[in-house]
Amino acid sequence: MKDKTYRKKELNQLSMKWNIVFSMILCVVALAMVLPLALVVIISFSSESSIAHIGYSFFPEELSLEGYRYLIKMGDQLFRSYGITIFYTVAGTALSMAVMSMFAYVISVRGFWLNRPLTWFLFFTMLFSGGLVPSYIVNVKYLHLGDSIWIFLLPGLVSAYNVIILRTFIRTTIPEALFDAARIDGAGHFTIFFRIVMPLFKAGLATVALFNVVGRWNDWFTGMLYVENPNLIPLQTLLTKLQNSVEYLKKNSAVLNTPDGLQLARSAPSISLRMACTVAVILPMLFAYPFFQRFFVNGLTVGSIKE
Amino acid sequence: MKENVGKTGKRRLLRRTDIPLYIMAAPAVIVLLVFCYLPMAGLIMAFQDYNVVKGILGSELVGLKNFEFLFSTTDAFVITRNTVLYNLAFIVVNLILSVALALMLSELRSRRMAKTFQTIYMVPYFLSWAVVAILVSAFLDRANGFVNQMIRSGGGDGLINWYQRPEIWPFLLVFVNAWKGIGYQTVLYLAVISGISGDYYEAATLDGASRFQQARYITIPHLRYIISISLIMSMGSIFRGDFGLFYNVTNNSGALYPVTDVIDTYIYRGLMSMSNIGMSTAAGLYQSVVGFVLVLAANKVVTKIDPDSAMF
Repeated sequence: MKDKTYRKKELNQLSMKWNIVFSMILCVVALAMVLPLALVVIISFSSESSIAHIGYSFFPEELSLEGYRYLIKMGDQLFRSYGITIFYTVAGTALSMAVMSMFAYVISVRGFWLNRPLTWFLFFTMLFSGGLVPSYIVNVKYLHLGDSIWIFLLPGLVSAYNVIILRTFIRTTIPEALFDAARIDGAGHFTIFFRIVMPLFKAGLATVALFNVVGRWNDWFTGMLYVENPNLIPLQTLLTKLQNSVEYLKKNSAVLNTPDGLQLARSAPSISLRMACTVAVILPMLFAYPFFQRFFVNGLTVGSIKE
Repeated sequence: MKENVGKTGKRRLLRRTDIPLYIMAAPAVIVLLVFCYLPMAGLIMAFQDYNVVKGILGSELVGLKNFEFLFSTTDAFVITRNTVLYNLAFIVVNLILSVALALMLSELRSRRMAKTFQTIYMVPYFLSWAVVAILVSAFLDRANGFVNQMIRSGGGDGLINWYQRPEIWPFLLVFVNAWKGIGYQTVLYLAVISGISGDYYEAATLDGASRFQQARYITIPHLRYIISISLIMSMGSIFRGDFGLFYNVTNNSGALYPVTDVIDTYIYRGLMSMSNIGMSTAAGLYQSVVGFVLVLAANKVVTKIDPDSAMF
């Protein structure tokens, strides 16, 4: 297969002229993808006077670190939010993967009488849902999850789509004969799950976990809908609050209670502060991205495999 | 499922060796029951005059009143139209762009360049709508935004409040959605293209086919299959608006509602105002039921075309 691809390329390549045209088009698209990010980064390094004078520009008149300086001074809210987001991402994903992979194993066991009912029980949640309002009422009024850390852990624990991918992984990567052999040797389901399925299944688990990590890291909706307490606001929700004003960041800063706190808050460069905060939120994702994007691409194609 | 039937011919439901399976399934079953099925039962609120104090069990049933209210205003029409039309535009635009990009990437002479572009295209996919909204505001901000600044430097007064100008938003939203989403689709199509056997191209070359003829008669026909499947599948979710796009990116600006309000944002605002919970639930039920029918229909069509790609 590999050789053939190379041979094909040698035999027959795009003409140089078209190669240049395509490269240029693709390059323009690539620029369109990164320039908005670049603009925000540049604004975060622009001085207030430059912004006042020429607005947001790719070429500011004056660079400044004020935004970041204030972010460090008044950023307690940012750091708290970082804590929440990391907890949400790590604990949420770990718990979710545990619950989902066990369930995926159960519905992958051939011959288990609840196999089909359980699969439908799961699958139906993909087809139909109670919707936003009943979920909100149930979570807040009856389960009292509003403004609590549990709102980040419990409701999103099981994604039917993810479980089905996991089950497909188990069915396609682990030969049925292996299960039979283990059963004949007297292994119970726990032993099979932990000793055979889990070790063979790491790649699938990692791929689905990756999707979960990205999803949780980027979730602003849960925080916006359910959380008032600033101590529980995740990063992305913080950003939505900053979109219109940086007051939220200033208001929840401990510096405010010191003698010159108000002065500091008043003199803070609102715009570069907000953009510095945005950059601080994007940065981990951008750094991690080159490392995980390869796995992500693999996951994309595996996810579409169906039994 | 014939295996269920034991060797003796009678169903043995409760085997001791199955106990670990019950234990392993239990957490997920509980979570699904509480967070998916309980809210489904909560849909009864669509038929109630929901009272916050009395709750679901104590509120009064009012029959179809909520639906009558919903459909007696123009709201229902506007949000349905917006949701469906935007989704159609998203599907078509993203499809054309990502197939074009995938074709060009696959033809590039330098594999390294193609990989680099592909990596860059996927970046926006990993940003949240909260971040995208801030990126958009860097361009559209009234006082300092890049666009107004450009207008100013071109001699205009550049004080346009873009968040109050409904006429640009249909295009803008389609653009922003494509910006965020095409990288992902491009990679998908690229994976299919790289899976096409080199033999076809070799044979075509021997027959003297040009590179463009090869794309036209080999690559595109190979993509047609996955394209039609994903098109039909996306018809199933045409009733679902992407909340982040329509709420965050538009800055929830009231002046834009006629062209940006979709079913999801409408329900959210109804919930937040807490004034008409019943009607919001009714809108949600309307969305769920139509969505359900659409998914079933889409699946039916896919089953006809290609049983392997069907969901169930």
